[in-house]
Amino acid sequence: MPDVMPVAIEINFYVLLVLKILVITGVMLGGLLPVILGELKIGAHMQSRVGPYYAGGRWGWAQPMADGLKFFQKEDLIPTAADRHVYKIAPYLLMVSTLALFVIIPFSPDLIAVDLDLGIFFALAISSLSTLGVLMAGWSSGNKYSLIGGLRAAAQIIAYELPLVLAVIGVVIQAGTLSMVGIVEAQVEMGVPFLIGGQVVGFVVFFIASLAELNRTPFDLPLAESELVMGYLTEYSGFRFAIFFLAEYAGIVAVSAIASTLFLGGYGFWGLDSAVFGPFVLAAKVGILAFLMIWIRWSWPRLREDQLQTLAWKWLIPISLVNIMATSIFKVVF
Amino acid sequence: MSQPLDPMAAAHVSEVAVSVELQTPGMTINIGPQHPSTHGVLRLVAELDGERIVNVEPVIGYMHRGYEKLSEVRTYPQINALVNRIDWVSGFSNEIPFMVAVERLMEIEVPERAQYIRLILTELVRISNHLVFLSSYPLELGASTPLMHALREREHVLELIEGVTGGRFHPNFNRIGGVKPAAGGGSTQKKLAQDLPKGFLAETRAAMDRVFGICDDLDTLVMGNEIFHARTKGVAIVPPDLALEYGVSGPNLRGSGVAFDLRKHENYLPYDKFDFDVAVGENGDCFDRYYVRHEEVRQAARIVNQAIDDIPTGPLQAKVPRVIKVPKGETYVRAENPKGEMGYYVVSDGGRIPYRLKIRSASFSNLSILPWALKGLLVPDIIALLGSLDFVLGDVDR
Repeated sequence: MPDVMPVAIEINFYVLLVLKILVITGVMLGGLLPVILGELKIGAHMQSRVGPYYAGGRWGWAQPMADGLKFFQKEDLIPTAADRHVYKIAPYLLMVSTLALFVIIPFSPDLIAVDLDLGIFFALAISSLSTLGVLMAGWSSGNKYSLIGGLRAAAQIIAYELPLVLAVIGVVIQAGTLSMVGIVEAQVEMGVPFLIGGQVVGFVVFFIASLAELNRTPFDLPLAESELVMGYLTEYSGFRFAIFFLAEYAGIVAVSAIASTLFLGGYGFWGLDSAVFGPFVLAAKVGILAFLMIWIRWSWPRLREDQLQTLAWKWLIPISLVNIMATSIFKVVF
Repeated sequence: MSQPLDPMAAAHVSEVAVSVELQTPGMTINIGPQHPSTHGVLRLVAELDGERIVNVEPVIGYMHRGYEKLSEVRTYPQINALVNRIDWVSGFSNEIPFMVAVERLMEIEVPERAQYIRLILTELVRISNHLVFLSSYPLELGASTPLMHALREREHVLELIEGVTGGRFHPNFNRIGGVKPAAGGGSTQKKLAQDLPKGFLAETRAAMDRVFGICDDLDTLVMGNEIFHARTKGVAIVPPDLALEYGVSGPNLRGSGVAFDLRKHENYLPYDKFDFDVAVGENGDCFDRYYVRHEEVRQAARIVNQAIDDIPTGPLQAKVPRVIKVPKGETYVRAENPKGEMGYYVVSDGGRIPYRLKIRSASFSNLSILPWALKGLLVPDIIALLGSLDFVLGDVDR
């Protein structure tokens, strides 16, 4: 029976694919809830408030889920002036592009959806897609505030994509590979994460640029409540708004995971077996970075559009170029 | 080209023909009257070129309540409750110039203790008003945490005001010839001990310590922040001569570098007995206007501390007739309110109600600088300037 084997492989392939999709979506959602709750509770305590208190019985731990349910109950309004199809698709596009980032994140040497040879390259390419979602949302809402918000987001992401990529190039040069697992293994081999082992500047640039990519404070100009009401989200309601909301936090988790992999040694930690403890080590590192983002959000005001562009073009890009040069010289000489 | 029939279309075509360069039409955006940061119902019709403001037209009047006309059908004591509501963030301060104007027309000498209580409450209201400004301004620039911290401390100040007057925002505490006796105090002439609540002075001192504390916090949290500097320094500069021309007053005028404070120039309350400095800005930008108010909170707390140290004993009320009739005449009394110069022009024809009451409110004149100051700025600067002027729409429209 020569035909059985290929069919079995094919079935296996699809079963595995579905499994992978389910696991990634589950991991993503599971990882989101603590981050959302952290944003609520940490923000509250920084402002000498209590924050969510009742939902779930203790510390308001069920508040993110309660919020989600609330959003799904609400009416899904579409403005008359909106471009209906674009308006409807925009949140999903944003969500899918953010979810796709989880595909290449290694949780342990073997626990990775797809270990692409071009891993980090894929991540950078996919993350740019989220701009399209935001731009579509802003454009299709038929609202001037939304439009300004969407265009701001586009300008911002174009400006900050460059330092983001350039900061990653330093890591790639040092590791000698684009594969995410390869980058982590290079750090494990070296004994210290790249943050200590020569990529401090790269990490800082990457972190700032990723804040801008995520539209987080101090780069939350596309949302800028006090100016643009709610930016490109102004007209969205109900579950479409919830998807935007989820995508924002999924972005935080994804970017933190990528940053941990690139600069903080990913799943590796001194003295811990990566195969067993890998996912927990990575989760802890993601938690630290997410806390940093939350901390910044509740402490700082936001920049102005021109200052944001100045920061990107006059500071971050030259600095990351110098970083690349220094890394290459270091790599060649030693 | 064929002759267009529609005159609108003709205008459109001629415009296209005239523009030689590649020009995109500007966008007109309507900010307000319902908008997160217009402080109520201010409406701005802004013409934008990208994010740059070409022209802006403020539209006011959504909050007009006709207080000047209402005053013409109310007795003088009744008007006191009305003027409270002009600028609701600093309600008590609004009563003072009106009371002083009436007392001057009636030639009543207000007892010293009543004057001190008025002064303490005025300064407490100034602290409360400025704390709202100092904390909500960073919020408009995107930082939400200072708001919570400053309002927490402001709560202590409001509690003091509530303890004395019974009201947090609209005390209606002044009476012609003095202040109201505290609840349960009976005849103020006899039971002097009951005019201020028990422990008021000690609590005030504790609250002032907290106020100094929050000032230090805001020093580092807001004024030490690099992004805050970038957003406010050199933004929306109002030169001193222009500020004077437009009648800008109060902290906004001092932010432009004019050291003019009515507390030093007028004698509506005994400010000459206290030692305090007038904070003055250098450049007239948003940062200076913030800095001036920040410093004023400290100075106000200093004044309060001095006043509770040497508050005299004595009656709270001068002798006034049962039915208040103001002799024929007219006067103008102005005072340094938290928002700026607040003045009442009272014209009396000798009866129980004023013939005419003209209210000069600070926010109206401060806001008049808007179309001039906003030209050429970016959209986020609208918010930076609006916030830094610290106006209340009730004070603009009256």
